[in-house]
Amino acid sequence: MDTTVPQRFVVPIGPQHPALKEPGHFEFTVDGEQVTGASVRLGYAHRGIEKATEGRNWVQNLYLLERICGICSHVHATAYCLGVEKLAGVTPPPRAQAIRVLVAELERIHSHLLWLGVAAHEAGFDTLFMYSWRDRETVMDILEALTGNRVNYSANLLGGVKFDLTSELTDKIYKGLELLEERTYQYVDVVTSDATLLQRTRGVGVTTREQAEQLGLVGPTARASGVERDIRVEAPYAAYPDFPVKVVTATAGDLEARFVVRLQELFEAYRLIRAVLEKLPPGELQARMPRKIKPAETVSRVEAPRGELFYFIKSNGTDQPERIKVRTPTLCNLASVCVLAVGSQLADVPMILAGVDPCFSCNDRMVTVYSGDTDHTQWTWKQLRQYGIDYYRR
Amino acid sequence: MTWQHVVDDIRTWARVNSPWVVHFNTGSCNGCDIEILAILTPRYDAERFGVKLEGSPRHADVLICTGPVTRQARDRLLRVYEQMPEPKFVIAVGSCAISGGVFQGCYNVIGHIDEVIPVDVYIPGCPPRPEAILDGVVKLLGHLKNPVLEETIQEAG
Ligand code: SF4
Repeated sequence: MDTTVPQRFVVPIGPQHPALKEPGHFEFTVDGEQVTGASVRLGYAHRGIEKATEGRNWVQNLYLLERICGICSHVHATAYCLGVEKLAGVTPPPRAQAIRVLVAELERIHSHLLWLGVAAHEAGFDTLFMYSWRDRETVMDILEALTGNRVNYSANLLGGVKFDLTSELTDKIYKGLELLEERTYQYVDVVTSDATLLQRTRGVGVTTREQAEQLGLVGPTARASGVERDIRVEAPYAAYPDFPVKVVTATAGDLEARFVVRLQELFEAYRLIRAVLEKLPPGELQARMPRKIKPAETVSRVEAPRGELFYFIKSNGTDQPERIKVRTPTLCNLASVCVLAVGSQLADVPMILAGVDPCFSCNDRMVTVYSGDTDHTQWTWKQLRQYGIDYYRR
Repeated sequence: MTWQHVVDDIRTWARVNSPWVVHFNTGSCNGCDIEILAILTPRYDAERFGVKLEGSPRHADVLICTGPVTRQARDRLLRVYEQMPEPKFVIAVGSCAISGGVFQGCYNVIGHIDEVIPVDVYIPGCPPRPEAILDGVVKLLGHLKNPVLEETIQEAG
């Protein structure tokens, strides 16, 4: 064998992957320990939800879209409800909007704690994983007491929400928040001072502000690079105009900054929840919705725990939508993995990947075309369609 | 008691006391997966039953599947299943894994888990509570320990 030529290996990761819970397939070309190329293949969890929405009515779709992602089910339902309400010209009562915000922030807490655990696990710091997941049970209990389910809460209805707050629940939330707040201080302390963890996070996977803007990153991943981007502030929806959010940013852009930004966002979430509980507007929970919606189209954007979630909804005068298009934050952020991984050590790749908090079940509703060879030509819609037909005929 | 019997008994004893599980998501919404992860964490702590989450299917005794089977994941699911050593057991977690759930009729979903591989334990729910998943695992272990007894109970019940 000619030893002068640097040897290249392709390291395939996935789709059945020990660290990630979800299927995604990555291929990293390595030269020694150095990563020289990266590509990603998605679509293992592609189910065809967008198409399926066209065959169900507005109410049924609420439950289907909620199940795009089990981690951020509430934001999907909220984005959909806000869009459909806009189409129908219905304004949900203020109390319902405030409760939506309340659940959204609780969900952010659960999602960020979950991420903290998974990222720590990725770094080999399983103690932190266990601790953060133990504390996450507190917020899961609150969500369960509020809505009756731990994961897909179905808090939203078209035109409002399903449940009301009682004084018992309020007490429970206050108590839970107190505990979580105390624990979060400790987590901030750990991620900024633990020497072993810092070796895995400080200065690793640095995304500069320019890169972040160029790659179109969203959510905490972008905010850790100093990009102030938060839909809750830029285009406040639901009750966010009444409960303003302070955007948390960092400038370093490395993994440590992402840890810190997400943890600081937890404090912001605690503050918001307390504000909502104190100033919960009285009144009805649901406005009346028409069954059919006149032809129109709209977009609706909300800030999911991972970044901007975008819905395009088109109605055609019946009780079913004409088209629903969803763009999830992971899709925006995943491209950065392929860029950042190049040039880093192979051992850091899982951390970089975990750093964007990928969520494949959100992501995989899009179609990726993989032509087999390296030539990534663009396909026309007709070619793509023909390819699909031929592929499934076999 | 023959030599073979003794070896078998030891194997069963080891398997029941420490089943290694591998988890594969065939297109689920993640809800079931986070609940599976939650059973490993301190509140539920599946490790007290010796359950260990393994990365590689080649070392695992139990395959936990979540979600409806998508066209892309089907081959992978078969491959993971074939890579596992005998005897192997499959647990289907969630309504999707059992019947397709809300994703029934989506164009890229070919069906539920037991249309592709045989399933031993079904755990319904969307997602099932962690307690329910634990219960399913423990039932499977009980069955391994004493297959005949369990079967008669099921028939009688
Ligand atoms: S059963 Fe429910 S929670 Fe589980 S994968 Fe299916 S939709 Fe998600």
